[in-house]
Amino acid sequence: MSLKSPEARLSVDHAEDTLSRVRPKALRVALVGNPNCGKTALFNALTGARQKVANYAGVTVERKEGLAHGPNGETLRVLDLPGTYSLRARSPDEVITRDVALGRLEGETPPDVMICVADATNLRLVLRLVLELKQIGRPMVLALNMYDIAERQGWSIDLARLSHELGMPVVTTVATRRRGMDKLLAAVESVAGAAHEVPAWCEPSAAQLRTAHGEAERIRKSCIRPPSHPDTLTGRLDSVLLHPVAGVAILLTILFLMFQAVFSWAQPPMDLIKGAFDHLSTLITQVMPDGVLRSLICDGIISGVGSVLVFVPQIMILFLFIILLEDSGYMARAAFLMDKIMGGAGLHGRAFIPLLSSFACAIPGIMGARVIDNKRDRLTTILVAPLMTCSARIPVYTLIISAFIPNRTVGGFASLQGLVMFGLYATGILSALAVGFVVRKIFWRGATEPFLMELPAYKRPDAKNVAMGVLTRGKIFVKRAGTVILAMMIVVWFLSSVPGPPPGALGPAINYSFAGMIGHGLEPLLRPIGFTWQIAVALIPGMAAREVAVAALGTVYAVSGGEGATGPLAGVLHAHWSLATALALLAWYVFAPQCAATLGVIKRETNSWLWPTVTFFYMLTLAYAAAFATFHIARAFGA
Amino acid sequence: MPAVVRFSPNARKLAPQAGAIVPLGRGARGLRGVVVQVGAPDASGLTEALAQGELERRLLEIGFVEGAEVEILHEGMIGRDPIGVRLDDMRVALRRREADAVLVRVQGAMAEAAE
Repeated sequence: MSLKSPEARLSVDHAEDTLSRVRPKALRVALVGNPNCGKTALFNALTGARQKVANYAGVTVERKEGLAHGPNGETLRVLDLPGTYSLRARSPDEVITRDVALGRLEGETPPDVMICVADATNLRLVLRLVLELKQIGRPMVLALNMYDIAERQGWSIDLARLSHELGMPVVTTVATRRRGMDKLLAAVESVAGAAHEVPAWCEPSAAQLRTAHGEAERIRKSCIRPPSHPDTLTGRLDSVLLHPVAGVAILLTILFLMFQAVFSWAQPPMDLIKGAFDHLSTLITQVMPDGVLRSLICDGIISGVGSVLVFVPQIMILFLFIILLEDSGYMARAAFLMDKIMGGAGLHGRAFIPLLSSFACAIPGIMGARVIDNKRDRLTTILVAPLMTCSARIPVYTLIISAFIPNRTVGGFASLQGLVMFGLYATGILSALAVGFVVRKIFWRGATEPFLMELPAYKRPDAKNVAMGVLTRGKIFVKRAGTVILAMMIVVWFLSSVPGPPPGALGPAINYSFAGMIGHGLEPLLRPIGFTWQIAVALIPGMAAREVAVAALGTVYAVSGGEGATGPLAGVLHAHWSLATALALLAWYVFAPQCAATLGVIKRETNSWLWPTVTFFYMLTLAYAAAFATFHIARAFGA
Repeated sequence: MPAVVRFSPNARKLAPQAGAIVPLGRGARGLRGVVVQVGAPDASGLTEALAQGELERRLLEIGFVEGAEVEILHEGMIGRDPIGVRLDDMRVALRRREADAVLVRVQGAMAEAAE
């Protein structure tokens, strides 16, 4: 059997394969709608697990396509387009929606039918969008989603009249219960044959927008009667959740819980994954003869894959929270509450949650920056996220602090070691805010994005959709970050272990490798900031992950035991380094881009090598400057 | 149409009389009214950031249309910014400087109570 036969590929990637095997005649359907209209839930209901998430070529916008089965068993290709209020696109996501709808996007076959998804309880803005979409001239169907909620709240909608006024079939759906799916697909098929009109869309002027609003209002008033007793739940919840004092307190509590969860709930599965990979490594060590191949498999591939997969629990827990906050409607409130504080540093209100999660690890934080719509705001957030003190810095901080900072009480209550730790965290936060401010003021001056967003009605998140969302995030991380990060890990391994030590060599093996040579080569550069050649050598494998530097220092100083045994290593360091060197290394670690995985994720998320490069160099510059200043100031004080 | 009420930049709290026309961005919590103009020329000094027409169209797209009913429901903790506004039967959050481009004719109980 040839490897290229469909059967062979099926086992590689089921969803991808099924999609590519669909006959080209399959009807193409695109979903459009306002944000928060339940479009993703409808997409999930139509396609189930038969979806594929990728990026549109050249941009970071996610492309979600899936297969649906029509009432007669035929297959339809469903494309979920980013939510928008208007075809007059402002964000990269909205550009995609516009270009796909207009059939302008290269490499994307234009949809045969468009389904405009609407929240049946909130039709005010979507009717204008429907009128705008009609100008494109493609066959359309309007899906009134969340119809059960609309009925419960007492909305009365004249479906026949609405359909007549808009000139398209109107179908009621309840995506979370999979209700109305067959009717919707039948409606899609009924209009699919309709002749395309000539597209007449052009960017509307303010006057045209007003006219369209007027027309939408007329249709709304003639077809829709609001409930006599409007739902007050959202208003009552908001009076607490958006309260200037109580609201902020509740937000901080939620964030604290989230931070705790990412930190502590993730620990057992992370330990499990780490243990499994260590075990595998030990097993291979026992089975295979010593050599370069074994070293590549154990120290390169297994520890590389392991160090990627170990983040999966944190990422899934973080996204569980983010998706819950998004789907319930709270995320917009969090952005409202934090906007002023974040805005002072040139960041968007929504940047708060990704930055907070960067305390656990910059990787989920950078991925979480997806909640920010605007491209520039999102980039600023991605650039500063690695400055937040992630958990991988803790082993390094702990080692140096325990070796050099006397364990004594200051001012009668605070431990000096604890204060230094706090200071390192505070430095990270303040510098992130400062960098955000500088980026905004210097590079994107005057490009302030208006803060203008709908506060959607609160809704109970649907368990199935949340679970699907979390799983999708986990899969994307493993697939995307896995490739880049793994490649970087292998490079770091290669540098640290090749060439091997000559026979009869006395020093540690790393000393003779490329990493050792680079370390020795870098030493003159690092001498002004007080680093010894041993530190320089340890920094190279430390690129794999910050905490690896601890193990590497152990290797260089030929102390047995790595991360777990900081005791003896701390003593050795204390004997070899001056206090000024230790403080300079701490300052270095606050800023240094010592994490290949983070750079890999930035590459993936921005779809360009430019931004990881920018991040690497700006952080390196800050690290060098901070370590230089720390070293010389400390020396001036006699340390 | 009555003249637009002008304020000093520091005058944040506003208890205007019913019928007065004020920029939405200068209203206090409880202010109710009807939108009379969207994209008020240079009400906010926002021109440096966005072309005037662009802000106007964005406001229109999210539903700030002449004739829409608005009420300020929420104010942020710092500097009472941003604001949460009821806009007909929707809720919208925006910063005050953007809200300044929306002129509102004051009506309703709050304005009368403030007299």
